[in-house]
Amino acid sequence: MSGKDRVVVGLATCGIAAGGVSVMEEIRREIKKRNLGVEVAETGCIGYCFAEVLVEIQKAGMPKVIYGEVKPNDVPLIVEGHLIEGKILRDKALLIEGRKTPEADFLKKQKRIVLANCGLIDPENIDDYIATGGYEALKKVLSGMTPEQVREEILASGLRGRGGAGFPTGQKWNLCAMAQGKDKYIVCNADEGDPGAFMDRSVLEGDPHAVIEGMIIGGYAIGATHGYIYCRAEYPLAVRRLKKAIADATSRGFLGKNILSSGYSLDIVVKEGAGAFVCGEETALIASIEGKRGMPRPRPPFPANKGIWGMPTNINNVETFANVPWIIRNRAKKFAKMGTVGSKGTKVFCLTGKVRRGGLAEVEMGTTLREVIFGVGGGIKEGRKFKAVQIGGPSGGCLPESLLDTPVDYDSLPAAGAIMGSGGMVVVDDTTCMVDLAKYFLTFTQMESCGKCVPCRLGTKRMLEILTRICKGEGKPEDIDLLEKLAIDIKEGSLCQLGGTAPNPVLTTLRYFRDEYVAHIRDKRCPAGLCVDLVTFHIDPEKCTGCGVCLKNCPSGAISGERKKPHVIDEDKCIKCRECIRRCRFDAVYTV
Amino acid sequence: MSGEIRLKIDGKACSGLKGETILEVARRNEIWIPTLCYDERLEPYGACRLCLVEVKGARGLLPACTTEITEGMEVRTSTKRIESIRRTVIELLLSDHPDDCMTCESAGSCVLQDLAYRYGVKRSPYAGETHKYGILNGNPLIERDPNKCVLCGRCVRICEEVVGAGVYGFVNRGFDAIVSTPYDHSLLDTPCLFCGQCISACPVGALTSKISKGKGRYWDVKKTDTICPYCGVGCTITLWTKENRIVNVTAPIDKGVNKGDLCVKGRFGYQFVNSPDRLKSPLVRQRDGSLKRVSWKKAVSYIAENFARIREQYGPDSIAGLASARCTNEENYVFQKFIRAAIGTNNVDHCARL
Repeated sequence: MSGKDRVVVGLATCGIAAGGVSVMEEIRREIKKRNLGVEVAETGCIGYCFAEVLVEIQKAGMPKVIYGEVKPNDVPLIVEGHLIEGKILRDKALLIEGRKTPEADFLKKQKRIVLANCGLIDPENIDDYIATGGYEALKKVLSGMTPEQVREEILASGLRGRGGAGFPTGQKWNLCAMAQGKDKYIVCNADEGDPGAFMDRSVLEGDPHAVIEGMIIGGYAIGATHGYIYCRAEYPLAVRRLKKAIADATSRGFLGKNILSSGYSLDIVVKEGAGAFVCGEETALIASIEGKRGMPRPRPPFPANKGIWGMPTNINNVETFANVPWIIRNRAKKFAKMGTVGSKGTKVFCLTGKVRRGGLAEVEMGTTLREVIFGVGGGIKEGRKFKAVQIGGPSGGCLPESLLDTPVDYDSLPAAGAIMGSGGMVVVDDTTCMVDLAKYFLTFTQMESCGKCVPCRLGTKRMLEILTRICKGEGKPEDIDLLEKLAIDIKEGSLCQLGGTAPNPVLTTLRYFRDEYVAHIRDKRCPAGLCVDLVTFHIDPEKCTGCGVCLKNCPSGAISGERKKPHVIDEDKCIKCRECIRRCRFDAVYTV
Repeated sequence: MSGEIRLKIDGKACSGLKGETILEVARRNEIWIPTLCYDERLEPYGACRLCLVEVKGARGLLPACTTEITEGMEVRTSTKRIESIRRTVIELLLSDHPDDCMTCESAGSCVLQDLAYRYGVKRSPYAGETHKYGILNGNPLIERDPNKCVLCGRCVRICEEVVGAGVYGFVNRGFDAIVSTPYDHSLLDTPCLFCGQCISACPVGALTSKISKGKGRYWDVKKTDTICPYCGVGCTITLWTKENRIVNVTAPIDKGVNKGDLCVKGRFGYQFVNSPDRLKSPLVRQRDGSLKRVSWKKAVSYIAENFARIREQYGPDSIAGLASARCTNEENYVFQKFIRAAIGTNNVDHCARL
């Protein structure tokens, strides 16, 4: 990075989806038009997903500023005001280096190791990565450490698998290193599929070399001859950047034959998954790489002994690999100082749902849920009340307010009924029905069940049917017991962890929000006012101003009323689409 | 014995060799563990979850069919937890299975029916949506009823692992996962050899023989083990007969050289036995072209006389012998010996296939 003034645009998938490409084009046009000697660069996800498109301006003699929610027509203002006149546009500024801004907490409360480079470097430029210390760890390993020493270092760091199960990475590497085989494979599991999870995508898009460097180090530690990155095809940008990063790393001698003249060779291939959630399960992932239908098989034998083509195979998640170079560079001791007794380092979470600042949050292990949701995330949107947080995606559990002080680590979350999972954190407020939420996750797991084992294939279907009838007000008193029994049998009887964890959303909502199930079944009432079969829509004549907005927007013509007089909803015509609730500016529409 | 592994199953001291599974050792010791997807001819699969057992010190329950025994292992094959899961699995399977045992071809030899009986599952508490697939029988021999399929994958695996044809595979996901052929084509348009191995592997009534349909079920037929009359391999077969007619052919998987494997002829080619076209006595062509029924004695002496005459008149090379592949090796040996030594010609061949 030169000393020139610099404009950086966040162009990860989140930035692109929010219109980042046209903002970028506009910036280039403005700068060209005014003939400014400013460098324009793109970067990965900065983390402030709630405020995309993000534009960062680095101007000599001025603090670094990140502007949020930038639209193409804001560009001339920013270029002229900030870059030319040197004035910070305060109303657009999300973050001003060294100053207190309302959104500063989002980054301040985080501890960024894995995401350190995300949003800082140009992910498509290997020199950017090298400038931040990239590939130093690889050099260190190849020039002065034996594979055993590398494994010992990772073991000593206490790093555990970030894919969800939390198996100690050093131990996993040892198992694979000791296994015998003509070939050995090192695989990066980048098949992130949980609804609401995008941390792996952000790392792959924002700092692909960190993952590749971690993989090469891991490959050296276990004696791998081949590497695969199994990345879902739904992440086209990640796939493109990975392929470019692999090519660049190969041309610099970090990959391929005789890496950095050490005698160690490794090639890495990107294998695109075809969109099956279950392929994140390691035995299904292996089947998929082999060209078979992605279906899990019982373990043992574990992939460490029998993986791809029956050869020893080590599979780690994206985030796990991204931690490795940092550990090698900074030593295990420093890593092990962060976190709790059983969970070291940091964890990246994806804050989504009804949280005010949704985005990427990397926090030290042991941070409480409250600190993540209210500190980093800034609490609940629109001043509503926190109700629960679903951690670990469809495999995780739903925790209530009383458990907000639970620390996020591999031991405390399972004790509460949730799992660390891959790091999805979906926050819900009092407008969410917990039965409906459980139904949503079950719909997902049922759809993604591979169909191989009976408990998962048929059990999740029957659970979903029971939840559906409860939401419709057709639940029977015995349904709760039936659900609970089925859930436990599926959990203990399923072949892989897709089925083994699929009942978690139901079990935790039954544990913490049982009264909502009872209300649906016994009183035919949805406490959150969400289940359409159980609610009717009304207009409060006290609050209604007769503005007519609801009437104009009602698609079924169910609302009538004279202008400036309270309106009414005809229950027979109402299709319960909620459009009136969304449109009313006076909070006059309510459900019963 | 060296390499012997000792373990306890339900408190009973058992032993086995390295590489053997809990299920194999249990079965040898007459300890019953239910299975549905297990087929001893195939690689263990671990899908039906009926054979889950408890192993002391293991995290969670383990499938007996895939778990190899280890020294000092302590296994419990039946606990409250295990039985609850087994019962749930049966109830779930029945929740999407036709209530069709009265007319099902497989009644009496159906694993699911036996399990429901053993566990006393009359009706599934998980009644809900059921599949309504059409019957697939657009070929002369094999009928597929996907409604009865339990997705144990035995047909998929036997076709892949034993036959090598790979006709079947799983398609779709979740509740709609189903066994199908490439692009849902009829078996006639796949590499299917119609060996019927898939029928032999199906534990329920999802795959049945079309030509046996309605002719007699497991309990009302007489079963006779014999040798297949076709080629010299000599496969062991079991003839199912009812009212003195063959209604089905199966192969016992624990007997003979074939261990349950059969080809299309062995399994389906039995209709000649009761065919009205079948020759039951020798016929001799008359000068006017008609055929006359004669005794075996008369027929043999007619052949001998004429062979001798032709050989005398035109030389031994004017005679040729063609033997049938349906004969055994020994019969074919004797036949070529006769042609070479008795007739004196090398004009001898074999139809090589049937």
